[in-house]
Amino acid sequence: MTGRGRNDGRNRRGAEATAAGRPSKPAAEDDWGRSSADRPVLVLGVGNILLADEGIGVHAVEAFQAEYHVPDTVEVLDGGTAGMDLLDVLAGRSHVVIVDAIRSDRPPGSIVRLRGEAVPALFRTRISPHQLGLSEVLAALRLIDSEPAHLSLIGIVPEDLSTSLELSPRLAAVVPTLAALVAEELNAFGIPVVPVARSGGAPASPPG
Amino acid sequence: MRITVDPVTRIEGHLRIDCEVEDGAVSDAWSSGQMWRGIELILKGRDPRDAWVFAQRICGVCTTVHAIVSVRAIENALDLEVPLNAQYIRNLIIGAHSVHDHIVHFYQLSALDWVDIVSALQADPREAARLAQSLSDWHRNSEHEFAQVQGRLQAFVDSGQLGVFGSGYWGHPAMKLPPEVNLMAVVHYMQALDYQRRANNIVAILGSKTPHIQNLAVGGVANPINPDSQSTLTLERLSRVKATIDELGDFVTKVYLVDVAAIGALYADWTQYGAGVTNYLSVPDMPLDTRGSEFALPGGYITGGDPATLKPITSYHDAYFEDGVKESVKHAWYTGDQGALHPYQGVTNPGYDGFNDDGKYSWVKAPTFYGERAQVGPLANVLAMVAAGHEPTTRYLNQALGIAGQVAGAEIPLAALHSTIGRHAARAVRCAVLYETMSDQWTRLMNNIASGDYTTFNRPMFPRGEIRGVGFHEAPRGVLSHWAVIRNGRLANYQAVVPSTWNAGPRDDNDALGPYEASLVGNPIADPTKPLEVIRTVHSFDPCLACAIHMVDTDQQEIVRVKAL
Repeated sequence: MTGRGRNDGRNRRGAEATAAGRPSKPAAEDDWGRSSADRPVLVLGVGNILLADEGIGVHAVEAFQAEYHVPDTVEVLDGGTAGMDLLDVLAGRSHVVIVDAIRSDRPPGSIVRLRGEAVPALFRTRISPHQLGLSEVLAALRLIDSEPAHLSLIGIVPEDLSTSLELSPRLAAVVPTLAALVAEELNAFGIPVVPVARSGGAPASPPG
Repeated sequence: MRITVDPVTRIEGHLRIDCEVEDGAVSDAWSSGQMWRGIELILKGRDPRDAWVFAQRICGVCTTVHAIVSVRAIENALDLEVPLNAQYIRNLIIGAHSVHDHIVHFYQLSALDWVDIVSALQADPREAARLAQSLSDWHRNSEHEFAQVQGRLQAFVDSGQLGVFGSGYWGHPAMKLPPEVNLMAVVHYMQALDYQRRANNIVAILGSKTPHIQNLAVGGVANPINPDSQSTLTLERLSRVKATIDELGDFVTKVYLVDVAAIGALYADWTQYGAGVTNYLSVPDMPLDTRGSEFALPGGYITGGDPATLKPITSYHDAYFEDGVKESVKHAWYTGDQGALHPYQGVTNPGYDGFNDDGKYSWVKAPTFYGERAQVGPLANVLAMVAAGHEPTTRYLNQALGIAGQVAGAEIPLAALHSTIGRHAARAVRCAVLYETMSDQWTRLMNNIASGDYTTFNRPMFPRGEIRGVGFHEAPRGVLSHWAVIRNGRLANYQAVVPSTWNAGPRDDNDALGPYEASLVGNPIADPTKPLEVIRTVHSFDPCLACAIHMVDTDQQEIVRVKAL
C-alpha cells in the first residue's frame, strides 16, 4: 500500500457516482440496450481503476470522451476487468480500439500500438495483466464469426499497481497522449474525430 | 508425490492448488489464493451512498453482484425500505446476471474438462443429432447444424487456431464421452455463446450499461418509470426483456439442464468424488416486499449433508446469519492472529511469510459459520430450496435426475448431488429456477406498474453516531455478504466475505480443511503430470478469486503450470 492521498472518486467516476443522495442520472436514451448495429465503432478502456495504473485504459478512454467530439457511430466504454461479459459488447463491431495496461520490459509509460492479427496474438501470450478475459472473448468472437473487422490496441506499461484510485504521476502525464492516440486511430479508420474547443484552459472533466 | 497446479482458473484471480498423491489418489490438499488486494481499504471514509460504485470494481466478473450487495448493506444499516419496483428491477438484473454466469461457467469455463473437442471430429453428425433429439425437443438440434459446427471445428483445427480450445487435455484417459456426445456438447457450446449474450442484454437494458450497471442507488434504483415517456423504462423495453427471458428459458431447460444431466450420467463415477465439506450455507434472495422479509427463493444452513437439518434464514434482519459468520487468519498471510473475527471487527493486515504447509499459505481468509466450515454455491442453494419445499426447484431437480437416470439406465439418488458432478447438476437446476423466477418477477413488475405505483427510490438519511449493516446475496458462486460500519455518515469499516472465500479458504483455527481442499481428498489421479481430475473438482465450484483475495500478481506463469515432484 502506498500512503497516497485519497482521491474523491466522484471526480473521476462522475458518470456513475451518486451525488448527495440522489440516484444517479438515468441513462441517456441512447444507452438503453443499444446494440452494436447502432454504433459500429467501439473504444474500449480496460483495467481496474482500484489498482492505480492498472486502470490506465479506463482513464484514457474517459479523457478521450471528454476532450474530443465523439461521433454518434462511436461508443466509448469502460470495460473494467470484465471477461465474457464483453462478448456482447464486442460482437459485430466494424472497428474496435482497445486501450489497456500491458506487461513489458520497456520502462513505465511506454506505449505500444498494435493492429489486426497482432492484437489477439498479444493477448494470447498474456502480456496484459487481465487479458484472461479478453483473450478468450476474442477467440470466442472468432468462433461465432463476430470478430471486429478492424482491431487495434494501444498498450501502456504501468508503473504502480498498488491499491489506489490515483494514477502514478508518470502515467497521469501520458493520459492526454493516449486520448490523442485514440483519436488518431479512429481518424486512420476514416472516422473523423476532432478535439473539443477549449475555453479558459481548464481541463475537461468526464460528463456527469 | 506432490503436485502443484497454478493457476487453476481460466478467469481472473490466481488460485494455486497443491495435492499430495499416494497410490493414484489425492491424500491431502492445500488451496492458496496468490494475490493480495486491499480493496476494502479504498472504501474507508467514503460516503456510503457511493460504496457500490467502487465495490463493483472488486471483481471484473461479478461487478453486478458486488454493486447489489453493497447497497443492500447500507440499506440494512439504515433499516431503509426499498420500493417494490426497485426490488423487482434488481431481481431481474441479478437473475439475468446469474443465468449468464451459470451458462458461461458450464460451457465456456468447465465443459472442456469433460468434453473432448478433438473426439467430436470423429462423430457422425446424424447420430449425434439423433441422440440430442432423443433427449430434448430443442429446435436447434438438427443434423444440419451439427454437421455445420463440426465443419467449423475441423477448419479451426486445420488452421492451427484452436484458440479457446488450445489448453485442453485432449485424449486424456479420464475423457470418456463417445464422439457423438462430444459433438453435441460442442454444438451447444457454440449456441451458449449466443444465449449468454442475450442474458447480458437484459442486464444492459435494465442496468443501462454493462459491464458496470449504472442504475443503482441506496434506497432503490435510478430507473424512472413512466409508461408514456420514451426516455424511461418503456413498455417496449420491458417487452424485450420478457421475450429474452423466454428465449433463455428455452435454452436453459432444453439444452443446459439436459446436457448436464446426460454428461453427468456418463461420468457417474464422479458422483463418488468431490463431496468435501457437506455443511451447506445459502441465503434467501429475490425479495418480494420492501423490507426483505419475504423471498421468492429460500436459503439457509444445512449440516452434515442432511437436508432435514435445514435452518432457514428468513429476512435481511435475521440475526442467525449476521451473528454466525467469522473469519480465521491462522493459515492466511495476515498478522494479528487473535482467533477468528466477526466481519464487523475484521482486520486486514498483510504479513506474507512464504508457503508453509502447516502454517500460513494463502491470501484467502477462512470463514466459518458458527465455528464450522461451510460449502456455498448453487448446490448449497438447491439443497436448501428443496428442503424448504420450493416447488420449481424440486421439479427441475427431478427432471435432471430423471434424464440422468434415463441415460445411465439406473436411478440416480439425491445423495449423488454431494459430489463434483453434483455441483454442475445443481447449478443447472438453479439456472432453470432462476429463469422461472425472472418470469414471475417480470409479471410482478408489470402488475405493480399497472396499479399506478411508479416509485423506484426512497431517500436515505444518515444519523449521527455509529450504525452497522450486512447485505447478502445468493450470487452465482454462492453467499456473498458485505459488512459496513458507518460512523457519522461515513464508512468506518467495510468487509466483503465473498463466495470463493468460503470455498477456497485455507485451513481454519481448528486446522479443518476448506471445501476445495476437502473435496479433493480421495480424487483419483490417472496421470500426475496431467491432473485433469483436480481441475474437474476445483472447476466444479466455479472458482473466481479476483475478489476472494485481498495486489496483483507479480510474474505468474502465463499458462497452467503443473509441477509434479
